[in-house]
Amino acid sequence: MKITESPLLEVKNLQTYIKTKKGEIKPTNDVSFSINRGEIVALVGESGSGKSVTSLSIMGLNASAIKYKPESSIEFKGRDLLKLKEKGLRKIRGNEIAMIFQDPMFSLNPVHPIGKQIAESVVLHKKVNYKEALKRALELLNKVGIPDAARRINDYPHQLSGGMRQRVMIALALACDPELLIADEPTTALDVTIQAQILTLLRDLQQELNISILLITHDLGVVAEVADRVLVMYCGKVVEEGTVDEIFDSSLHPYTRGLMSSIPPLHGISKDLLDAIPGVVPNPLELPKGCNFVTRCDFATERCHQVEPELTRYPSGNRVSCWNKLDKEGEMKEHVTTSINS
Amino acid sequence: MFFKFIMRRLLYVIPMLIITTLIVFSFILLIPGDPALALLGENATPEKIAQIHAQLGLDQPVIKQYLNWLGNAVQGDLGRSIFTGQPVEEAVFSRLGVTFQLVIVAMIFAIAGGLFFAITSIYFPNSWMDYVARFFGTLGTAIPNFWLGMILIIFFSLQLGWVPATGFTSITESPGAFLQGTILPAIALGATGMAQITRHLRSSLIEVMSADYVRTGFSKGINRWQAIMKHGLQNAMLPVVTTIGILFGNLLGATVVIETVFAIPGMGQLAVNSILQRDFTMLQGVVLVLIALIILINFITDIVYALLDPRIEY
Ligand SMILES: Nc1ncnc2c1ncn2[C@@H]1O[C@H](COP(=O)(O)OP(=O)(O)O)[C@@H](O)[C@H]1O
Ligand SMILES: [Mg+2]
Repeated sequence: MKITESPLLEVKNLQTYIKTKKGEIKPTNDVSFSINRGEIVALVGESGSGKSVTSLSIMGLNASAIKYKPESSIEFKGRDLLKLKEKGLRKIRGNEIAMIFQDPMFSLNPVHPIGKQIAESVVLHKKVNYKEALKRALELLNKVGIPDAARRINDYPHQLSGGMRQRVMIALALACDPELLIADEPTTALDVTIQAQILTLLRDLQQELNISILLITHDLGVVAEVADRVLVMYCGKVVEEGTVDEIFDSSLHPYTRGLMSSIPPLHGISKDLLDAIPGVVPNPLELPKGCNFVTRCDFATERCHQVEPELTRYPSGNRVSCWNKLDKEGEMKEHVTTSINS
Repeated sequence: MFFKFIMRRLLYVIPMLIITTLIVFSFILLIPGDPALALLGENATPEKIAQIHAQLGLDQPVIKQYLNWLGNAVQGDLGRSIFTGQPVEEAVFSRLGVTFQLVIVAMIFAIAGGLFFAITSIYFPNSWMDYVARFFGTLGTAIPNFWLGMILIIFFSLQLGWVPATGFTSITESPGAFLQGTILPAIALGATGMAQITRHLRSSLIEVMSADYVRTGFSKGINRWQAIMKHGLQNAMLPVVTTIGILFGNLLGATVVIETVFAIPGMGQLAVNSILQRDFTMLQGVVLVLIALIILINFITDIVYALLDPRIEY
């Protein structure tokens, strides 16, 4: 990937909030990151950390209860998606940015044949008639590895297995050659063996089409397989960012380390994250005063309880928000004062 | 495959029809009052009464009466009115056409109105249309149809004089006169149904619109109207189809009142007259045909459901 090029997508200070009777929830609290062309960026974190809200913000498909602070911006090819009108967003959705969702059981319309559902997207964005769109749908179904696609194109979703349905969703997302594909936990609802197949498919398609992918997952094991860069989210904040190598060789945040120790030695067999990191994600209405992770961190000091750490770039390349720089062994060391601000 | 499915559904219909005939026949026996007395008046002699009983077959064992009646009914002969001597099937089927036309117009009114209210309410949430739809959906089911009928007559016929208050013209005779004659009774008959469909479809649409596959639709770039019409409606209609099937039966029953209010010579009116005159053969015929019609509607409902939902196994 070329670093000189400007990023395809740049999320800056994404701050969302929901007003509830009990107070304000901030599903994403000042999230910033970018995705370059042809890059696979993984967004990792436990359930409730704000991954879906982040991705739906890019699509402009968040629930209406979710509002944006004015300093938030999401630049896609030079346009701020958050400032676009609904009509402008509709031209981008499915066309330049496409999305696949967690549960393929429910994300396809049960009363329409799969070919029709793919063709709908093609007709919407390309100047083709329905018949040509169906041809395109068939081509896509073949591309994502649906066996006997010519016959299957008239099948209804309930006639396909979960893995096949997720392949159909991928075909649907690729229908108009998008530049960015957002995959929100695309394998979470699938069997382990199928998970690996879908990931391989995504990686192969990415290389063939040179698209960018934002891959959302709560499983770091998935990340190691496909991603170029990793963002770790906790309680609506990015707490660590780095390349896959940086994260796997020298992750600095105790939360990232906790996630890593939850990867089982035999890849694929996903273990419950709660086993690895003691305690639970704090209630979004009652976040701790200092670092959000303080309630579950073995290394928390008085400072961690009082002052929130900022995302800081370390000499190793990672960006981390933690007062305690951790070395490879996981021992606690003095906070490095020479760290440079990113 | 679909043909086989229809045939299998038809097979279920046959035992239902047989049970219906049994029930219809035995219920009529339970109606108090002797038809011979109704025919002859209070001061009839016992000999005369016995003679009439023999004429009508009422002196025979009940089982034999039933089998005779059933045997004839299968051949399309429902007996003769003990009052006018007219063949029952003739009277019933001429009246059925009238009632059927009325009920169909009322159903179209109820379904079209229900679709309109439910869809606009979802498309313009929290608008005045939405509030009208919600208000009507909640309170509309409580409107008594005879009361609405009378209000409509008073306002549109007696005060404004736009349409006649009573009477009926078949659509085959004059479509214009047909519409003039059916519009008020159809509204009176269909209003509560429209409210039911509005309420049911609206809540069904609300649920469906938050489904994952509708979100997938939005992620393709469709707008709200397309989301409702292409992805929401067919799914949301599934539970409503059953409501519509039941509604049809309810409307058939309600014609008893509405046809009386609007003086329409249909099945409902025939049923009322037969009861008043203790014309039990006529009443048997009326009830039998009504129930058969409701069974037929159920059958059609099943098929429509299967056509709308590809997950139904044929
Ligand atoms: N529509 C919504 N209404 C209320 N709260 C929401 C809504 N969407 C998300 N949230 C809250 O925002 C936080 C982040 O949610 P989400 O982005 O779905 O997490 P993740 O995808 O990482 O599991 C959670 O605390 C969740 O309860
Ligand atoms: Mg999520």
